Amino acid sequence: MAKAASKHDNMKTQNLNMIEAIRDALDVKMSQDKDVLVFGEDVGYFGGVFRCTAGLQEKHGLHRCFDTPISEGGIIGIAVGMAANGLRPVAEIQFADYIYPAYDQIASEAARLRYRSNGDFTAPLTIRTPVGGGIYGGTTHSQSPEALFTHIAGLKTIIPSNPYDAKGMLISAIEDNDPVLFLEPKRLYNGPFFGDPHKPAVSWKGQELGDVPTGHYTVPLGKARHMRKGDDVTILAYGTMVWIAEAVADEMGISADILDLRSLLPLDIDAIEASVKKTGRCVILHEATRTSGFGAELSAQVQERCFYHLEAPIQRVTGWDTPYPHAQEWAYFPGPKRVGIAIRKVLEAA
Amino acid sequence: MAKAKNSRKNTSRLYVPEPPFRPGDTPDYSHIAVPSAHSPSRPDPLCEAHETSEHALGLIRVLNFNGETVGDWQPDLSAERLRGGLKAMMLTRAMDDRMFNMQRQGKMSFYMKSAGEEAVSVGHAMALRNSDMVFPTYRQQGVLIQRGASMKDMMCQCLSNSGDLLDGKSIPVLYSFRKHGFFSISGNLGTQLIQAVGWAMSNAYKDSDEIASVFTGEGATAEGDFHYALNFASTYRAPCILNVVNNQWAISSFQGIAAGEGETFAARGTGYGLATLRVDGNDLLAVYAATQWAAERARGGGGATLIEHFTYRKSGHSTSDDPSKYRPENEPDVWPFGDPVERLKMHLISIGEWDEDRHKALEDECKIFVRETYKSAEAMGSLSGDTKVNHYTMFEEVYENSLPHLDEQKRAFSQELE
Repeated sequence: MAKAASKHDNMKTQNLNMIEAIRDALDVKMSQDKDVLVFGEDVGYFGGVFRCTAGLQEKHGLHRCFDTPISEGGIIGIAVGMAANGLRPVAEIQFADYIYPAYDQIASEAARLRYRSNGDFTAPLTIRTPVGGGIYGGTTHSQSPEALFTHIAGLKTIIPSNPYDAKGMLISAIEDNDPVLFLEPKRLYNGPFFGDPHKPAVSWKGQELGDVPTGHYTVPLGKARHMRKGDDVTILAYGTMVWIAEAVADEMGISADILDLRSLLPLDIDAIEASVKKTGRCVILHEATRTSGFGAELSAQVQERCFYHLEAPIQRVTGWDTPYPHAQEWAYFPGPKRVGIAIRKVLEAA
Repeated sequence: MAKAKNSRKNTSRLYVPEPPFRPGDTPDYSHIAVPSAHSPSRPDPLCEAHETSEHALGLIRVLNFNGETVGDWQPDLSAERLRGGLKAMMLTRAMDDRMFNMQRQGKMSFYMKSAGEEAVSVGHAMALRNSDMVFPTYRQQGVLIQRGASMKDMMCQCLSNSGDLLDGKSIPVLYSFRKHGFFSISGNLGTQLIQAVGWAMSNAYKDSDEIASVFTGEGATAEGDFHYALNFASTYRAPCILNVVNNQWAISSFQGIAAGEGETFAARGTGYGLATLRVDGNDLLAVYAATQWAAERARGGGGATLIEHFTYRKSGHSTSDDPSKYRPENEPDVWPFGDPVERLKMHLISIGEWDEDRHKALEDECKIFVRETYKSAEAMGSLSGDTKVNHYTMFEEVYENSLPHLDEQKRAFSQELE
């Protein structure tokens, strides 16, 4: 599990969970740049329902980290206007499941402003929002709507899987001059998750990727993390699923080449192509529903570029095409069993 | 608004509003009371918001139909500035007429006139600073004209030709002129209301005394964005002006379809604790006075004002629309608030600062200027010939820097051209 760049090796680090890493990224940027404002439902005095903004109002002032009305369309709407007027707003949508009222402001406005004005106006805003299941959130606190956003020209959609990437990618997002949707896999906030909800929770303490440099650093958008090198099969995953991939590969004792995509758009297609051409087999994992999910895009691109290198049909492992159920959460979740079946299928095919 | 006598009847318990007159009817707007007294009075711009609640129900007017100015909203404007406003309205109308005709000749895909509503945009712009950001709809071209934007640039945008500053990316009339404080117009209605509030919040954050001003038609007040805007503007006391141009028609739907029968659009602001003004939108002096009041309030820390500009859309929604299909053809002529150009002209004549000959001469001057400007614009391309727009520009400004997948698609496109 090599960390991205050697230039960070002599930086001071501290062990942080993903919540603390996100808060640290916001703190670093707010300290550096007075144009960075942070707002959303309950993010001000209280510090956010997941505590990602705790202490920021006290440290940086009421006018730089504040509560908003319960109005996702309004939150993103003001962010577009602020960004166009020279600020760097970082808006929180409390759960990705609540983002739909803001869809018009994201898809038709933030993502289109630069294009329709031919660069006369731009919207460099960042939207943070927790995604995914694993906390018994049911239909309205568990969704993974990334594919609804990767379909939008003009928007960037990224999703870290660990504290180190979360901080570096969030800083990159805030500094980016295009609108960025930053998805936070909420099951990973407090530690990596290997797929068995009945085992004791693992914390980020002692995890290499929980060692987060202090101060400013960036993880570039559009670059996958080569999580593990292997020869038997390529596993493409992001968010929570990267940890399931690693756990299953360990359990099966196979040599898997695992890519944590990190950035869905822009996508590191070169890394994907190189890996699949090497292994000849490809399994794609995501937690979101299957039909028209981001896995379909990945599968199509792998087929277009690597068809003559493929030894077996590409497999997708996903959530079922149902809403995210409550009591059946772990039956819905694409856990180690479903992943293992797909990997075996791909390995067994001639 | 009182109900007209011959309103259509609902035959079900489900109530569906209908406009008082449809094609074939003889429109009679005598039920609309045109206030003769110039009510209500002008409060201090930093008054409590609730002190303007009656202003949301009345109608601020300065110009009488005989050209006199009355009441305490009379602005202090020199004859020179008034003639400037008149000229901007006449230029706007002349340009609209020309562009409409050129669309009919196939020179552009689409056009939208602002006939009857020129006083709203021109009077409003006159009362703002040029650095105040206006978030317009597609019927505020008068703001650009008043602020001295190049008409050729505007025309080239509509023609989507090689002179189009937007490189053909947007449909006609959806201008973007940052240098004139004119925000890029979205084709999705209502979305910009809340963005203007965000813009104004950042003005306040930066301790600037610039303000934002945003427009919507009465129809799009039904969008959630309108309510987001009122809510956030009130919550954060954003220095902005929220303008509802009630021109009676949203394409074919009369204002009653946006819940305009029960209460005025200005009154929507009362429940949000905003200052509210309702103004005769065909009266340039009243529009100026209301805007100036709201701008002073916003700049002075009093927060946002909701202004309803009560006017009438004389033309179709756009070149794709045919209003004779849904309203009486002579309805624009019998609309009881007159024409904004005629009313200002009459005022200037009544104070001895204008006459019919000068008016005719100015009309001709506008016409010739528009014709010549159009000629030079069309020389840069049009839809009926070659727009002369570089197709590759469609791949630009999607992101700040191109991305690999876009580069690949650009290469694929170049094969189509081989």
